[in-house]
Amino acid sequence: MPDIYFIKDHSLEIRFFLGRIVAALIVIIILTTGLIVRLIYLQIVGNEHYSLLAKENSIKIVPLVPTRGMIFDRNGKVLAENTPSYSLEIIPEQVKNMDDTLLRLQKLLNISNEEVEQFQKLRKRQKRFVSTPLLSSMSDEELAKFAVVRPYFSGVDIHTQLVRHYQYGEMAAHVIGYVGRINEAELKDLPIAEYSGSSHIGKLGIEHSYENELHGKTGYAEIETNVQARFLNTLYELNPEPGANLYLSLDIELQKTAYDAMAGFNGAVVAIDIKTGGVLVFVSRPGFDPNPFVIGIASEAYQALQTSVNQPLYNRALRGLYPPGSTIKPFVALAGLEYEAISAEQKLHCPGYYQLPGVIHKYRDWKKGGHGSVDLNQALTESCDVYFYRLAATLGIDNMYNFLKKFGFGEKSGIDLTGEKLGLLPSREWKREQKNQGWYPGETLITGIGQGYLQVTPLQLAKATATLANKGQVITPFLVDKIANSKGTRAELNLGGNSIALNSINVNTVIDGMINVVHGAHGTAKGINKNISYQIAGKTGTAQVMGIKQGAKYNENNIDFKFRDHALFISFAPANDPKIAVAVVVENGGHGGSVAAPIAGQVIKQFLQDSDEN
Amino acid sequence: MKIELRHEQFETPSMIGNFLRKLHIDIPLFVGLLLISIISLLILYSAGGQDMDVLVRQLSRVGLAFLLMTVLAHIDPYQFKRYSTLLFGLGVLLLIAVLVMGQIGKGAQRWLDLGFFRFQPSEMIKITTPMMIAWYLAEYPLPPKSKQFFIAIILIAVPTLLIAKQPDLGTALLVASSGAGVLFFAGISWRFMAAVCVTLASLTPIIWHFMHGYQRDRVLTFFSPEADPLGRGYHIIQSKIAIGSGGIYGKGWLGSTQSELEFLPESSTDFIFAVFAEEFGLVGCLGLLTLYLLIIARCLYIASQAQNTYSRLLASSLAFTFFVYVFVNIGMVIGILPVVGVPLPLISYGGTSIVTLLAGFGILMSIHTHKTSH
Repeated sequence: MPDIYFIKDHSLEIRFFLGRIVAALIVIIILTTGLIVRLIYLQIVGNEHYSLLAKENSIKIVPLVPTRGMIFDRNGKVLAENTPSYSLEIIPEQVKNMDDTLLRLQKLLNISNEEVEQFQKLRKRQKRFVSTPLLSSMSDEELAKFAVVRPYFSGVDIHTQLVRHYQYGEMAAHVIGYVGRINEAELKDLPIAEYSGSSHIGKLGIEHSYENELHGKTGYAEIETNVQARFLNTLYELNPEPGANLYLSLDIELQKTAYDAMAGFNGAVVAIDIKTGGVLVFVSRPGFDPNPFVIGIASEAYQALQTSVNQPLYNRALRGLYPPGSTIKPFVALAGLEYEAISAEQKLHCPGYYQLPGVIHKYRDWKKGGHGSVDLNQALTESCDVYFYRLAATLGIDNMYNFLKKFGFGEKSGIDLTGEKLGLLPSREWKREQKNQGWYPGETLITGIGQGYLQVTPLQLAKATATLANKGQVITPFLVDKIANSKGTRAELNLGGNSIALNSINVNTVIDGMINVVHGAHGTAKGINKNISYQIAGKTGTAQVMGIKQGAKYNENNIDFKFRDHALFISFAPANDPKIAVAVVVENGGHGGSVAAPIAGQVIKQFLQDSDEN
Repeated sequence: MKIELRHEQFETPSMIGNFLRKLHIDIPLFVGLLLISIISLLILYSAGGQDMDVLVRQLSRVGLAFLLMTVLAHIDPYQFKRYSTLLFGLGVLLLIAVLVMGQIGKGAQRWLDLGFFRFQPSEMIKITTPMMIAWYLAEYPLPPKSKQFFIAIILIAVPTLLIAKQPDLGTALLVASSGAGVLFFAGISWRFMAAVCVTLASLTPIIWHFMHGYQRDRVLTFFSPEADPLGRGYHIIQSKIAIGSGGIYGKGWLGSTQSELEFLPESSTDFIFAVFAEEFGLVGCLGLLTLYLLIIARCLYIASQAQNTYSRLLASSLAFTFFVYVFVNIGMVIGILPVVGVPLPLISYGGTSIVTLLAGFGILMSIHTHKTSH
């Protein structure tokens, strides 16, 4: 039966086909007529109009590039500015003997042969009356040298252009970022007209995330030229609108203090103004000098940065993932109180280790021999692991997950920088999805002391600490406080965060424990309570980098530096009226109390002193 | 003896013709293509700032393309039919390879670097797509039923979308129209055609969503070029000035002022028609259009004389695609179509499109010059 379908009727097919050929011809003729009509319209009807335009098409449109907005810190200190850079340029048609001129210039200013070659190449591509650069970013000395002999070099002149400059260099490179030459990939997605005169674009940090505001609006000029396209005069100008100035919440002096305090270590410090959510300090050490990126960094220098073991290009504050260690304990303690898994007064016994029923594995306390019988306050003060193993076991992973999530763990903080890491707040579902395994009870225990799968960024830690200090009012950290453009100042403040419903008695219990960490006789960070007129609430943390075998002993002195524990510290002050929250992560720093806490102490001290003076 | 002499006398003037016939060259088509190529070289010389280097490079490409055309004209059309599916499949695989490599290289890539030359699979697919569709539809009685129609649509959509993803909108458009051309000549009902048009129209917002920023810019610019004098609108404004100022007789060869002063961007490639129109005026434009139409008419004639369904469909579709090429390019230069990257066939500077186009004409010549008498 189906064979019938395959019998072809050739004469019918040909008839059909010829019909279609005719139809195609008709379509072609109609469309071609359309083209012809349009051509007649342009070339006969519009001829006079267009001939006039062609004659005037001596009118060229050239873009006028807006000045990029500056970036200031909260006290008006300049973080990113546009400084003039001088280059030596030659107009070939005005030079009588080019070879001689180049030779004399080379001798005078130490210009390399490569630079001369580059110039020659550029010159060939351009018209003879176009000014062509020979030497860029001239030093003061070179400027002076040339200025003296300038009358002897006709056609050679110094040109000025604005180059982005970052005064604070490596200290704030990770926050402010840098601008660099627009590359091909970026060009694709850019509005062509807006960037037709721009050579640079924000690549990282604030420079990147506020590119639209900083760039400004490109203007243009209609320029009359003669038949050889030589400039005659300007007919019309639409001035460019300069980019907006940005005022950050960052305090660059405080940033400097934190950066210097980290000297010798890798790590991050984030401090947040609790009243607003403004980020005061955003340090990732080591930093890098952003200035070479503006003019185009040499590939060897870039390679060196990329391959350095200290990874200076890595934004630790925003993207560094660390186990929070014991800094998670205040949050777990609060969860215990809120879910009524424990009361503040209840004492648990700590023999130095904890065993799950029916399991041989011993979950050890950092203190050999244990802390004895401890209540919540003591457990926080001395950072008793066993207390939190037991609390975690009672709470269970689901409750811990739900509670910690509210403080922003495992999700982006919402800061106005791109590239933020999520961190990792593990849950049963996560493990099922990622590892295709069920959740083990032991994993609940180590999550309770901030180890295991749990990973946080320093920024998340600071945000969570600020939220705790704020009694549950969620803080959204931000860097840009004010955007000021020519149309006036626009304040950009977003305080409306969610609020976590918390019992204030429970919060105060936890905060009391954190105060004891710094001010108690047995506090793990008691080293920083000297000479201060206010109280600091804090919590130390030590995050394992290397697993330690059952029964083996961790001896800091015997261990290679890169395997030493990370030192962490979270804090806020003054404890009774919190103004600043600080999170510190010192990679391979060893103990949170001895290495990380003093850095936070310095930042807090300086900030509170400054705000008292104002 | 006498008779033989007379015979030779008659034959002598058409010795070249004889030679060309032996090469399986179709003379009217060949002459038309040669004329267009000469015009191309003349106008390139003018548009390229009278640079001999440009001319020599283009001349070598044209030579290569004519050589390829001759080689293809020699091959029996049966062979094209036989390898249609294989070539199409290979083309699609290469398109995927280009896309994957582009993804790895983090940038748009259209070609495969074979060391000694760069190969653009999207060019090859311009010919293999109609070959594939023609092969498929020729298997069944015409006009195609809805099942064949849908399968053909899918076969067209695959390479089209792969090219659009590169992103190369112009080529994607040409590939789609070459396949659609086969369907049209195969006699699909007007109802199907209307359905396709309605579907495409309703998909517009979705297509818009997937378009790149610069592609959207081009469409927006098409609707109001004056709104964007620094960007894409500049092309259209300048090309209209060039064409309009040409008037009826033009400014004469080498007389273009707009390309000379570099007001007209891409004057040697996509916008070369503007230079032509400025120098040769309306008269020249009509002449050029006539030449194009004559070539297309000859191709459609070849299609109507073809011996089997496959040849008919392939020949007519190649002819129609050639017209689409001309129409889209001129339409965009004179400002009645949005700017998509389609060169003016056989005239714009650049090798790849000329090679593909002449390969297509080679196939047409093969179809016309290999006829079995049964």
